[in-house]
Order: sequence, then structure tokens, then C-alpha cells
Amino acid sequence: MDLTYSPQEETFRAEVRAFLEAELPDHISAAVRSGVELPREIYQEWHEILGRKGWLGTTWPKEYGGPGWTPVERYIFDVECSRAYAPRIVAFGPHMLGPVIQKFGSDAQKQDILPRILSGEDWWAQGYSEPGAGSDLASLKTRAERDGDHYVVNGQKTWTTLGQHANRIFCLVRTKFDGKPQEGISFLLMDIDTPGIEVRPIRLIEGGHEVNEVFFSDVRVPVSNLVGEENKGWTIAKYLLTHERTNIAGVGISMQALEEVKALARSLKRRGKPLIEDPLFAVRIARVESDLEAMKITNLRMLFTAQKHGQPGPETSILKIKGTVINQELRDLARRALGPLAAPFPGHVIDGNLVMGPKDTDANAAVYFNNRKTSIFGGSNEIQRNILTKTMLEL
Amino acid sequence: MNFDLTEDRQMLSDTLRRYLSANCVIEKRNEIAYSAPFHSPQCWSEMAELGIPGALVDEAHGGYGGTGFDIAVVFEELGRALCPEPFLGTLLASRLLLAAGADQQDLIDGSVRYAVAISELDEPYDPAFMIASATRSGEGYALEGRKTAVYGGHVTDVLLVAAMLDGRPAVFSVEAKSAALTSYGMIDGGGAAEVVFDATPATLLIEDAGKALDDMFAAGRLALCAEAVGAMDVAYTLLLDYLRTRKQFGTAIGKFQALQHRAVDLLAEIEQARSITISLAAALGSDEAMPRSAMAKGLIGRVARLVAEETIQMQGGIAMTWEYASSHYAKRLVMIDHQLGDTDQCEGEIIRRYAAA
Repeated sequence: MDLTYSPQEETFRAEVRAFLEAELPDHISAAVRSGVELPREIYQEWHEILGRKGWLGTTWPKEYGGPGWTPVERYIFDVECSRAYAPRIVAFGPHMLGPVIQKFGSDAQKQDILPRILSGEDWWAQGYSEPGAGSDLASLKTRAERDGDHYVVNGQKTWTTLGQHANRIFCLVRTKFDGKPQEGISFLLMDIDTPGIEVRPIRLIEGGHEVNEVFFSDVRVPVSNLVGEENKGWTIAKYLLTHERTNIAGVGISMQALEEVKALARSLKRRGKPLIEDPLFAVRIARVESDLEAMKITNLRMLFTAQKHGQPGPETSILKIKGTVINQELRDLARRALGPLAAPFPGHVIDGNLVMGPKDTDANAAVYFNNRKTSIFGGSNEIQRNILTKTMLEL
Repeated sequence: MNFDLTEDRQMLSDTLRRYLSANCVIEKRNEIAYSAPFHSPQCWSEMAELGIPGALVDEAHGGYGGTGFDIAVVFEELGRALCPEPFLGTLLASRLLLAAGADQQDLIDGSVRYAVAISELDEPYDPAFMIASATRSGEGYALEGRKTAVYGGHVTDVLLVAAMLDGRPAVFSVEAKSAALTSYGMIDGGGAAEVVFDATPATLLIEDAGKALDDMFAAGRLALCAEAVGAMDVAYTLLLDYLRTRKQFGTAIGKFQALQHRAVDLLAEIEQARSITISLAAALGSDEAMPRSAMAKGLIGRVARLVAEETIQMQGGIAMTWEYASSHYAKRLVMIDHQLGDTDQCEGEIIRRYAAA
């Protein structure tokens, strides 16, 4: 047992920290710190900065132009980025499609797609969920029917995160209509500007535009855009869902959220004393801090396993279940700390110029509501429990 | 970064597991743990010969371990077997002897048994608030007061006693036979004693003992956390076996999602418990040890109770019986919270640090 980072890892941390200090623009970190919805330009600018450094495909091996980091190095990178208030890398291209193309893509696809992800030139969206296929993803109905050297796609995808910013989308589509549902699914790439594709916004609980519906009517997609074999898309989907989930616990983000909650509870007062001296509030911080301390080690243990065996095991579902709940508890504490000052709805001040609440807290309630998503997306926490039951409990 | 045990510690763990699975199977364990003297003098001697006390002490003081990870390995195995041998007292005493710079060869070879007397009726967990006190008396000191929950105190040769000296916590050494002991067996097995000191002659071991007691608490909490992790692991295995084999409504009850999801939640919490124990083991000996021990023991208190109560509920009536091993694991898991600081005490320590920062 040895919990210390190696000298190489410490050097790496210093390198990441120095890079962030030098290259992360103030207006970007300020936007992230404020908690408001980030515009496309902010993501794009940051992706391009990372792309120039060769750090956008953080999970990619060197042969594909990635940095070839170990799981522990990726973890350090994630923690440092959260600490510096860098935007999260939009995962769909760099963390999801990239590894899929590397494993299942044709040579032509590798040459076409990978460099454009690495440079930040392409923004990919994910077309998985449908109105009738959420947790039961295999029941998806969007159909792709062969017509010469094209597929004709009809159907609807939903919860397409940041799809309004994307120029391309990867989709799970049905190419076979009998037999087991899992055996008739294919993995298809499309350009969003193909005729027949329409992206419509979904307004979320906190008022933001983060997700979309995507409609497909008679969309003609070249057969060369199929990844892997026809009807083998489910294997790819599963690979994508179990691959590279080392950052799924969001430890870096929660560490930062914990510091914010503590700072907030020090600056706000109740009954003439700092809120952090109120035992009822403080004990909730104490519990979640203990859970987070354990989570850090749980995450590192699983990274260690991943490093040893070449890939993370099914126990990463534990990271998802506990990591999201810890993060949500921290968001809850931040919202409650503000008391009535959490209520003003950003963008809805009619007149006057009083500042309501400490700096960077305008969006706290919105962030709390928005973060209820984390235990739902990426395979809901209940689905993670089903996965763990199957893979680890043998019940 | 490395989460594998070193070869030496793996060997220690294997040796101890082999010994306990041959000599401390649950029926025999219950016989030993619940009839006076609530431990087995034979097991004690054999385990001392195996080098268990030596694993708790560093090389400079005659042992071959003494780090957080050595302690965790030993107590995790003791927890797996619900072993009632009073090694917690050995560990606590060893940390105090270490701080005092005293020889502990007789502790390491098992020839002298030690227990520590810290808790009191009005303050079980924080020595800063204890009432027992010492006064100078001729060449030595005399102790006054009552100590409670002296683990292993019922069979000890030497008592290390925390008492106020000039308004500060100090530690004294007392011959057990010179104090008035009331010995008892505990609901989760094993034994302890209440001790009354009335002008009891004592030798001063540590004069300003604040730091030494902190280290002792941190080490003791680590041992209890590791013991809980070992016990949880076995309790959880019993639960999974039961879910696979018990049939109701024509199917194994493990097929019911209501139980599957609860079983998964226990798995996640047990992993978290193991992680926080590792975190504390790594911090032992540093300035972080005491605050980390509060986090660890507080979290373990929550999880251990959850595991105890859920394993009882999910297995139903059978888990309420004395005959089924699970019930004994549940008792130990709940009662560990009562030793060296429960969840409330630990969370209180954490939030007082927030307020002081």
C-alpha cells in the first residue's frame, strides 16, 4: 500500500498546473466559476487551446495523437482542471466517439474523424436516448433502411446534450426489425446539416438550454458512415458506456464544490455567527466531506485496478452511484447556505442594482436543480445497480 | 501509488487468516467470546507466538511493523473471525509505551498483558474532560477515580491509565492487581472491566500526554475501522449466499430487484468504508491522523450500522437467531461504534475543527 504519487506524477501535476495558469483565459475560468450556462464560444476556445497542446483526447493513446496518459495522470488532469475552473471537456467527441473509432472504425474513418476531434474542429453530439427508449435503450426505434449506397433514417432522438452546438452526431439506429432488440442496432455517423435533420431545444428545470430533441425524416446517410458491422452497434454502445469511466465520480468537481460550500458557510451568518458554526449545518458538511475523502480513495483504487488490468472493471458503477450523490449533496448544501438569497432567478431582475448574495452564487439554485441530472444520465443510478447486480453479485 | 499489500503484509494476513479459520470458527468463537474469561488464553499465547503483537510495533522498538497498514491488516483479519482476543488493548498500550519511550519487549512476546483505561462514566471519548486524577505521593503517584470500558481489563497484568495531573492529561502505569476491577463480558463477545482507583499507587509514564493520547486514539480507531471492514466483508458474503439460495415465491430471493439494489448499495458503502480505512492508515503518525480518524470512524459508524441492520432485515428471521453467524457479525458491527468515539463524537470533532479554522 502506498498512497503517494510518484515523482513523475508530481512532475506531471506541476506541468498541468503551470499549463492551466498560463493558458486558461481569465474570462473562461470566471464564466465557469459563476456557474452560468456556458456559450459555445467558451467551450470552443478551450477545446482549441487543449487541442493545440495535444491534451484534448485525454484518453487517447499516442498512436492516435493522444497524450498516452495513464489513468492516474488523467485523474490528476481532471482534478487540476476542476481546481482551476476550466470547463469540462465536452465528452462526446474526445471521450466517446474517439475511442469507438479507434477500436471499431475503418481506416478511412480514422483518418477523417480523429484529427478533427483532436483539433476541436468537429463538435459531436450523441444520439442514443429516444422518447420511448431511456433506461431500456435497446428498445430504440429510429430506423435506418438501406437504399443503394445510402441509409434512409427516420425517427427521433432526445436528451441530446449541447446538440445545438454540434456539427455532427453519432446515433444508434435500428437496422433489423425482428429477433432480439440488441441484435438489430447499428452505429451510424451523420452531419447535422444533412437535409431532414432538425434540432429542437428542450428547456430544462432550471431554465437552461442544455439538451435537445433531434428529428430525422428521410435523412440520407452514406453507407460508409456506418461504424463497425451492421447490426453490431450494441457492442459498440456497451463499449462506449463501460470504457473510460475513470472520471465518472467527478471527484475534482466535488472537491471544488466542497471548498465553495465551506467558504460560503464561513461568509454567511446565522444568529450572529458564521453558518459553519451551526452544528446542524456543519455536520452535514462533515458527513459529505468524509464521504468524499473515501470517494477519492475509492476512485484511486479503481484507477489502480484499471492501470493494472488495462481497463476499468464494472465496479466503476460504484463511482457513478456514490460520486453523483456526493456531488448532489454538496449542491444542496450550497443552495441551503444561501437561504432566501438562493431564490432570485438569474436574468429576472427588473430594476435596481443591489447585489444579492456573495460573489458567484447567483446560479447556485439553478446548479442544484440542473445537477439532479447526474444520477439520471449515463445510465441512471438504478441501471448502475442492475449492472452491478449482474456483474459483481451473481444473484 | 499502489493498493496491493506488500509481500510481507500479505503473508501476515494469510498466516493470521489460516490460524483463525482453524482455531476461531464461529461456534468455537462464540463459546470463547461468551464464557469467562471471554477470550482463550491458549489462543492468546499462540497468536503472540505467531507474532501478532510484534506486527503492531515498529522495528526500532522490537517489533516488525507498527505502520497504519500493518495495524489494518491484523485487525481486518481479527474482524473477519470476530476474534475476541483483547489485542485492541495491546495496540493502545503499545502506542502509549512508544510515546513514553518505554521498553515493550514483554508486550511483544505476549508475556505481559496490557490494557488502557481512558473512558469515564461522564466522558467516554475525550480525555480532556476526564475527572480521574493523580497526586504526587512519596516517590510515585496515587490515582483517584473510576474508569469505564477498559477493553481486556478483565485479564490484564498492567493498566495504562489516563488521569489529570496538574490540570493536564497524563498517563500512568498501574499493576492491575492493585486496582479494584469489576469484570464483564460484552454483548458482542469479549471482555472488559470497570476500574476504581482509590489512592492506587501508580508510576508516571507520560506527563503531558495530549499528543500521545491523540496518536493512541487514531491508532485505535484505525484498528476498529479495519476490524469493521473485515466483519462487513464476511457479513456481506453471508448475505449474498443467502440471497442466492433462499427461495420464496418459487425463486431465489436474490432475483427480486428490491433486494438487489439494497445489496448493491451495501457493496458501495463497504467499498467506501474500506477506502476511508486505507486513507486513515496512510495518515497514521502524521498531523492529519486525528482529524482523518474522526472522518474514518464516523463514516464506519454509519456504514457498519447500515450493514448490520440491512443484513438482518434482508435475511429475515434467521438473521435474528443466535445460531446463525450473521447475527454475531451484526452485533459486533453495531457495537464498534461505541468504542473510542461514535459517529456523533467523530462528527463533532470534525465540525469543531471547522469552527476553529
